[in-house]
Amino acid sequence: MTALQHVKLGTYYVVHMPEPDDFDFWRERARALVQCDVPPDRIAWVEPGGSGDLFAHGERRMPVPPADAGPVRANRRFIALAKNAILHSDPQRFAQLYLLLWKLQSNPRIMEDKADPDVRRVEELDKNVRRDSHKMHAFVRFRLVESEDEEVGEHYVAWFEPDHHILRANAGFFMRRFSNMRWSILTPRGSLHWDTETMSEGPPAERSDAPGGDPMEDLWRKYYASIFNPARLKIGAMLKEMPKKYWKNMPEASLIPELVAGAQGREAKMVEKGALEFEERPDTLEAIDKAIHACRKCPIGALDNHAVMGEGPQDASLMIVGEQPGDQEDQAGRPFVGPAGQLLDVHLEKAGIDRRAAYVTNAVKHFKYVQRGKRRLHQNPGAKEIDTCRWWIESERAIVKPKLVLAMGASAARGLLGKTVSISKVRGSPIPLEDGSELWVTAHPSYLLRLDGPAREEQARLFDADLAAVRERLEDLA
Amino acid sequence: MAAQTVLQKLEILADAAKYDASCASSGTAKKNSLGGKGIGSTEGMGICHAYAPDGRCISLLKILLTNHCIFDCHYCVNRKSSNVARARFTPQEVVDLTLAFYRRNYIEGLFLSSGIVKSSNHTMEQIVEVARILREEHDFRGYIHLKTIPEADPEIVYQAGLYADRVSINVELPTDSGLTRLAPDKDARQIEGAMGKVKADLVEAKDARKRFKHAPRFAPAGQSTQMIVGADAATDADIVGKASRLYDNFRLRRVYYSAFSPIPDASAVLPLKRPPLIREHRLYQSDWLMRFYGYKPSDVMQATEADGNLPLDIDPKLAWALKFREAFPVDVNRASKEQLLRVPGLGVKAVGKILASRRHRALRLDDVARLTQSITKVRPFICAVDWRPVTLTDRADLRSLLAPKAEQLELFAA
Repeated sequence: MTALQHVKLGTYYVVHMPEPDDFDFWRERARALVQCDVPPDRIAWVEPGGSGDLFAHGERRMPVPPADAGPVRANRRFIALAKNAILHSDPQRFAQLYLLLWKLQSNPRIMEDKADPDVRRVEELDKNVRRDSHKMHAFVRFRLVESEDEEVGEHYVAWFEPDHHILRANAGFFMRRFSNMRWSILTPRGSLHWDTETMSEGPPAERSDAPGGDPMEDLWRKYYASIFNPARLKIGAMLKEMPKKYWKNMPEASLIPELVAGAQGREAKMVEKGALEFEERPDTLEAIDKAIHACRKCPIGALDNHAVMGEGPQDASLMIVGEQPGDQEDQAGRPFVGPAGQLLDVHLEKAGIDRRAAYVTNAVKHFKYVQRGKRRLHQNPGAKEIDTCRWWIESERAIVKPKLVLAMGASAARGLLGKTVSISKVRGSPIPLEDGSELWVTAHPSYLLRLDGPAREEQARLFDADLAAVRERLEDLA
Repeated sequence: MAAQTVLQKLEILADAAKYDASCASSGTAKKNSLGGKGIGSTEGMGICHAYAPDGRCISLLKILLTNHCIFDCHYCVNRKSSNVARARFTPQEVVDLTLAFYRRNYIEGLFLSSGIVKSSNHTMEQIVEVARILREEHDFRGYIHLKTIPEADPEIVYQAGLYADRVSINVELPTDSGLTRLAPDKDARQIEGAMGKVKADLVEAKDARKRFKHAPRFAPAGQSTQMIVGADAATDADIVGKASRLYDNFRLRRVYYSAFSPIPDASAVLPLKRPPLIREHRLYQSDWLMRFYGYKPSDVMQATEADGNLPLDIDPKLAWALKFREAFPVDVNRASKEQLLRVPGLGVKAVGKILASRRHRALRLDDVARLTQSITKVRPFICAVDWRPVTLTDRADLRSLLAPKAEQLELFAA
């Protein structure tokens, strides 16, 4: 391009950009035009490929700045902003940047004035471009192409459709991240190729130039579907950050409609399988008695059995908790009347504890069994069943307010503590409970029934010792 | 039973990991793979590679090494007494999955947690082993977040910090009594002790790097924690107080709040009305007020209502402003930065722009409107050259004027 020796007043200059993202070219032209005092409205900036026909009579030669032209002001903030804003696809961007540069000459601190409309416009361009770049970093999806040529090895290829001219400017990001990987990014505006050592540029590409899939995408889709929590659907928040225009090039996005459609059903199922909705806590023992008879919150309640309510004074200072009613208790409708109950009575008497003064109940309210011929064989309740029934034992505790709770056996201890403890480790000393009362744990009398000989004698001795300690403690608390 | 495929394991172990809210991949040391043997970079800003329909970003491969667990925490889907399907990855399987996802640009890195198997030490060793293979054998330079186990030997936890960008220990519940009740195997003092140890390691490593250029980095993205909201009786005031103590005592980068959500096979001990999601959102807003807006915990607590909870229909900043109307209106042309940060509707960025712009012009209401998202919300609390709210600030129905319409709230809560 030959240069004009003298600036003609009223001339209309036409600048053809060689590349849509060529900041250095723009800077050089803009500097010369400012030095020649050419006002913004006398310049037409033309995109590559644009004909500039509208400006057919315009001057294509650049003016030459006078020898005594002063320096052109452009602070760091402007340069940083302009370098990025020029990548925008808006055809007006070159002119807007020039306008701001022009104003900067008379107002060097204009960049600080965030309320200035021209500053705002360029900042808006910059913001859009930054967002587009950020989305490119995020949403490019490589697909593996295995080459037959051993030398070439693995090649990862992505197809991406950016809104702005950001491809070249983001080459560095992908190079720094995937420096030891061969990759290509194909876009409608051009392509990039990295061979682990050098970057090369290629012509615009089409979607069909990129591979159509990757076996790893099944795993990725499975991950996407599994990490999503159907209990908290927030579609708006998703769309804000991942607008639909990106979906077609993201393998996981095809799942979104079905995930959204299935979410409410999945949540309902989770709630149904999980969180049991208990009603208000009953506030009398009679109400509890009534409610446990209707309770079907775990499978035990659905067996052919009857709920067995605790019994004893409502102001008892001692609460004795067993595991669950047995066959005889189920038939009698009272706790601890079978063989284990009779054994318990013997040991209580020996320890000097009056059973009639205690509130006696069970961690689980229904009898769990399996039918063997005519007999119903006792089954241990599962942890979940005990936890479910905790609601009732807690309701009883809230009314009776015992000072001391004696849990007999691991199931009873779990019903009070919510965790499984080892009886041998926790017996013999109190465990504080939330409501200020204390828990003592001992073995279940039916355990003694299953032993004989010296083992039984030993366990009976320990059991007696626990009961004696409880009686002593009760006297202290009284 | 036939051996599970990686696909089946991934389904179980990603599903089990989704109740951990953290997904951040930001704020770590800058690194890239130039001159290395492997791949990976972290350049300061985190990247969200996808968004799920729950609105949460997917930045990291967030999985458990195994969901077998010897603990029995009632709010947790993986607790011992739950009947969920179980699976277990080998460390190598996690490594392969991480690298395969990373190469395809699906993720920024790995967030690995685990149920406790065999013992706390054994589990922690396995977690560290995954990070070791990634860093040492594959020279992986992407982001790694490791969940550490408070009961594990501090020496193993320290190893984790050498490989990871971030480590975290969940405090789980805002009150000790909640923890005793819902996580009977955990111990509040042990958790805080472990956080204190990590803090000490962070401080020491930072100090060492000041003096020796090649001193090893220790979790450059710091430590974070998570609290479950709505599973115990803690009020927002309790939670805010706890969070601020945690920030002060343990130099946490983040406290995450996770609204208790229904889990499959839940324990009957849970209360269970699930808290509205908006409550979690209000807690995050108050967290932001304390971290970026100069609010003290006591300020946020003053914004709570009689029951100790933040109002759900308006944000905590607006709630505070409505209670302390004597602090308003503030003059956008004269007020200090601290005063401007208290104006509902003005964010940190907008305040920065106001401060910069007012050196060049006397701001009119129109100017402020250009610098903010919505002038309607701001207007009652500011003065500009051509604007005084006069009676607006004192109107008794100001709250209803400014509160979002109920339908909008529903959208949020959905």
